[in-house]
Amino acid sequence: MRLILKTILERMALAVLTLFIVSVLIFSSVALLPGDFAKAVLGQSATPETVAAFQKQVGLDRPASERYLVWLGGAVKGDFGNSFSSRPGAERSVVSIIKPRLWNTLILAGLTAAVAIPLAISLGIAAALWRNSWFDRSVNAGTLTTISVPEFFVAYVLILLLAVKFPVFRPLSTVRPQMGFAETLENLALPVITLTLVITAHMMRMTRAAIIGVLGSPYVEMARLKGAPPLRLVLRHALPNALAPIANVVAFNLAYLIVGTVIIEAVFVYPGIGQALVDAVRTRDVPVVQACALLFAVTYILLNLIADLVAIATNPRLLHPR
Amino acid sequence: MTMSQQPPSRRDARPPASRFSAMFRRTTPAAWLGFAIVVLYGLIALFAPLIAPYGEAQVVSSVPFAPWSQSFLFGTDQLGRDVFSRMIYAARNTIAISLAATVLTFAVGTTLGIVSAVAGGIVDMVISRIVDAVMALPQLIVILVLLSVVGSSVVSLIVIIGIADATNVFRLSRSVAMNVAVMDFVEDARVRGESLTWIVFHEVLPNILSTLVAEFGMRFCFVVLTISALSFLGLGIQPPTADWGSMVRENATLISYGDVTPLLPAAAIAVLAIGVNFVVDWFLHYASGLRDDQ
Amino acid sequence: MTNEDVLLSIADLKVEAETDDGWQPIVNGVSLTLRKGEVLGLIGESGAGKSTIGLAAMGFTRPGCRIAGGTVTFDGIDLLKLPPAQLRAMRGTRIAYVAQSAALSFNPAHRIMDQTIETAVLDMGVPRRQARQDALDLFRQLQLPDPERLAERYPHQVSGGQLQRAMTAMAMTCRPDLIVFDEPTTALDVTTQVEVLAAIRKAVQQHGTAAIYITHDLAVVSQMADRILVLRHGSEVEEAPTRQMLAAPREDYTKSLWSVRHLHKPAAPRDDVILDMRNVDAAYGKFKVLDDITLSVPRGRTLAVVGESGSGKSTLARVVSGLLRPEKGEVLFKGAALPPVVEKRSREQLRQIQLVYQSADTALNPRQRVGDLVGRRLELYFGMKGREKERRIGELLDQVELGAHHIGRFPAELSGGQKQRVSIARALAAKPDLMICDEITSALDQIIQGEILKLLMQLQRETGVSYLFITHDIATVRAIADEVVVMNRGKIVQQGPKDTVLSPPYPPYTGRLLDSVPEIDPDWLTRLLARRQGGEPDGSSPLPQG
Repeated sequence: MRLILKTILERMALAVLTLFIVSVLIFSSVALLPGDFAKAVLGQSATPETVAAFQKQVGLDRPASERYLVWLGGAVKGDFGNSFSSRPGAERSVVSIIKPRLWNTLILAGLTAAVAIPLAISLGIAAALWRNSWFDRSVNAGTLTTISVPEFFVAYVLILLLAVKFPVFRPLSTVRPQMGFAETLENLALPVITLTLVITAHMMRMTRAAIIGVLGSPYVEMARLKGAPPLRLVLRHALPNALAPIANVVAFNLAYLIVGTVIIEAVFVYPGIGQALVDAVRTRDVPVVQACALLFAVTYILLNLIADLVAIATNPRLLHPR
Repeated sequence: MTMSQQPPSRRDARPPASRFSAMFRRTTPAAWLGFAIVVLYGLIALFAPLIAPYGEAQVVSSVPFAPWSQSFLFGTDQLGRDVFSRMIYAARNTIAISLAATVLTFAVGTTLGIVSAVAGGIVDMVISRIVDAVMALPQLIVILVLLSVVGSSVVSLIVIIGIADATNVFRLSRSVAMNVAVMDFVEDARVRGESLTWIVFHEVLPNILSTLVAEFGMRFCFVVLTISALSFLGLGIQPPTADWGSMVRENATLISYGDVTPLLPAAAIAVLAIGVNFVVDWFLHYASGLRDDQ
Repeated sequence: MTNEDVLLSIADLKVEAETDDGWQPIVNGVSLTLRKGEVLGLIGESGAGKSTIGLAAMGFTRPGCRIAGGTVTFDGIDLLKLPPAQLRAMRGTRIAYVAQSAALSFNPAHRIMDQTIETAVLDMGVPRRQARQDALDLFRQLQLPDPERLAERYPHQVSGGQLQRAMTAMAMTCRPDLIVFDEPTTALDVTTQVEVLAAIRKAVQQHGTAAIYITHDLAVVSQMADRILVLRHGSEVEEAPTRQMLAAPREDYTKSLWSVRHLHKPAAPRDDVILDMRNVDAAYGKFKVLDDITLSVPRGRTLAVVGESGSGKSTLARVVSGLLRPEKGEVLFKGAALPPVVEKRSREQLRQIQLVYQSADTALNPRQRVGDLVGRRLELYFGMKGREKERRIGELLDQVELGAHHIGRFPAELSGGQKQRVSIARALAAKPDLMICDEITSALDQIIQGEILKLLMQLQRETGVSYLFITHDIATVRAIADEVVVMNRGKIVQQGPKDTVLSPPYPPYTGRLLDSVPEIDPDWLTRLLARRQGGEPDGSSPLPQG
């Protein structure tokens, strides 16, 4: 047991360290700010006084390490400072911009994950079992096409088909806090379907490859030679050893999900973090960008950590050392 | 008996002539389609000014969003420019920028990856840790953060995407280079006194070339999709330069009227990506002896 | 032989494998019969088709293979025509399989006991408790220590030899009529092999199981089989009862299979010393691999270093060739101290010591032609170019009996023996004083081994090169060595001229090692076990002639 505990703690420490380094990277991107950055944000006709005030506001007159610690300290407390779109008298904190949208994105991502993960894994297992059958080949062709095309293409095709030609769903998605559950679902249907398609395609291919890898092992062949029927082969012999690779696949693809929400929110004009990030990049609103990036990073690192932990928990060599 | 090392593929050993005919016999219809697509796009990109009926930013009609007609094959966009011509120029722009970014990615990624694998030790550890840290963020986020700081110009796009994607190429080249670096013949080179440069170029590189070529194709696809996505978000190639992604965004309102015109640039991206994927698949399966289930 | 006695009858079996050039035959119309309770040995070199036939006896083919003709009749049932579900029902229960590598064939996610009784409980409906008891009994019969604890362990926690016996027990849980043993001891050390062979033979005899015993080792098969069938390139060569075949083999090929064991080199005394290792210690991290090694290689002679896996013999080669820095001690070459790592040695020093690897598959760059592989050292050490280099490459290839016409070939186009000749040729190109041969014949088939050993001897006579020859095989030591060093767990157990080391009295480990080497004599194992039971110390039996 001690070895496992040690390994788990090591991984968690590594995750925290990575998060720390990432925060430095995110923050230090500001060091790349070119000279005319202030003008780019405030507009070409900004007066020198406005520029100086802006620079003071951003804190560009202070040393980098001090700024970093201030930022990090604030971030831990949940305060990311003020957005560049603040004006004296109309302060807008980063948190006030992000908070409502965070919830929206979580709903979108959560729904998608809940549908996509079981779907992709079962399809992947089925394709691996009936390898090279017409089922496998057609699923392969379909997923290859889906991952080759841009997400907005899929989104618009679905909008065209399911919202315009055959008005089943609404083309745009707004979510208000007062909405009931059913109405929320109806509004979210198209974005969720689009994202699900894209994520499932990636996940299914990787699951299939992982299962095929396990099915080719000598101990699975041995189980065949012992006369095990196909179901027992998969469930008892292959699956326990495939859990770790599948966990990795899921974590990796949930990262795709994070990135996918950015595009999908833009297509469906959905008020989520992705949209906030894109708008902030467009207006060079660095504090908001940094806060969003940090949030994404935390999620990503957390997902990878969970996948790592699953791999550890299912590894008999770590559970039962020599 | 050491079971730990797998002998490299036997396929490449046959004399060149019979290898070509074997490759020829094995090319599937999908691969032919892929080749056709890639060649077609390449020609369009090269000869864009000669093929396009109108200029890239030329306003040809006072009617925005005009329907498909004989003079304007795919109609006009929101400013009255010919969609067909812009799509042709977009091919040139997107492919040129994507190619440049992919070449940069590869130059940086493979060099670092192979050196890391062969040199080992501290060099490997330091570079790997840095790459791990950068990869702790989803790639698009990294790109967005950097774009917010330096702004979207052609140069910044090429450099940012090139560097961001180099992490993936680094991981792959390091991994395949390490597989080769543990082989006895690399150790033999060390024992007989070869220099590091010699080992990298003569012993390691020839054995990983096919993997790298396939990966180049995949990365190119990925870069095309990324640039299109960025342009779609308004953060990529800036107007009036034609780009498929931004064309989709500019004409998106047509969708609500059931018009498929905005889908055409998106389809153009899709077809290119599919074509390159088919060619890469063919290359992996038949030309290099690698199989997708290993 | 009456018909009721026949358990398995394979008639004109043809199996094909899928290659780049379509379906190629790997078994060409082989027929065999097996009676109840009989053990048939299938012997042949790699690629002979033995595993394929063993699997076909269960109606099984590996992916990429198909049965193209013939019949496999088990107890009157045609296995090849049976519906899949019924065929599956027979596997594990009436016909069982023991694989070559138990470490790979056990599922790492389940305990040993669960896997062992799986077929009995799930397919034959044996109550769990009874199956567990029976399995523990089988473990005891197969002489596994502490069966209760072993059963609760996971495969990675158990040693190779024990796993092999556990796999045999697993095969026997349903009391099958036939067990196919596919090279079960090939991956084991000689000393472990003895125990496993004894255990298998005892269990098979006790339960009256019929068996097909597949191996490439003639000595091993003579212990285990009642009849032997010799295979070559997918066809039968010869078949006869064991004693008859050993006493009077008919075919030339069968006779040549034994030739390696009869090679013998008269040991020559030493003149002076070319390599001197003094009190060398080496370690991988905290793990000590070499402990106080002192030995010397005589000039123009062969020093064989023999030991089992984990003895440190390969590490020794790495220290001498400069790939591993020793923690203590020094290495002297031609009287002068040798810098401990490759990077600090001069080009001349590197030239004079050459290393040849065990597996030519991984030692030759697959993207370089034979000419480049052999010629590189000529460029590097002698600055040879152009026509002069080509000529010299041709000479070298002739010297290793490969022929200059191979110069444009890639390694993948060559056989195992040819590739090893290329490895030797390129080492020779440097005109070395010392060649370190790290198990260079271990991965080759027995006949090719003999040829390579003869070639090495000839080269020594022609060029006066000294050999530091690492091996685990006693027959090879007999064939090639002038002096011998015996190693066990990082220490030298014994060293000296060959005849001294290989004659009694032996220190305990050497005795056990020598005794464990199977002889081509059907009674060898029986005698060895009888001696051990009678409490006689190892090494007290006289060595056979030749």
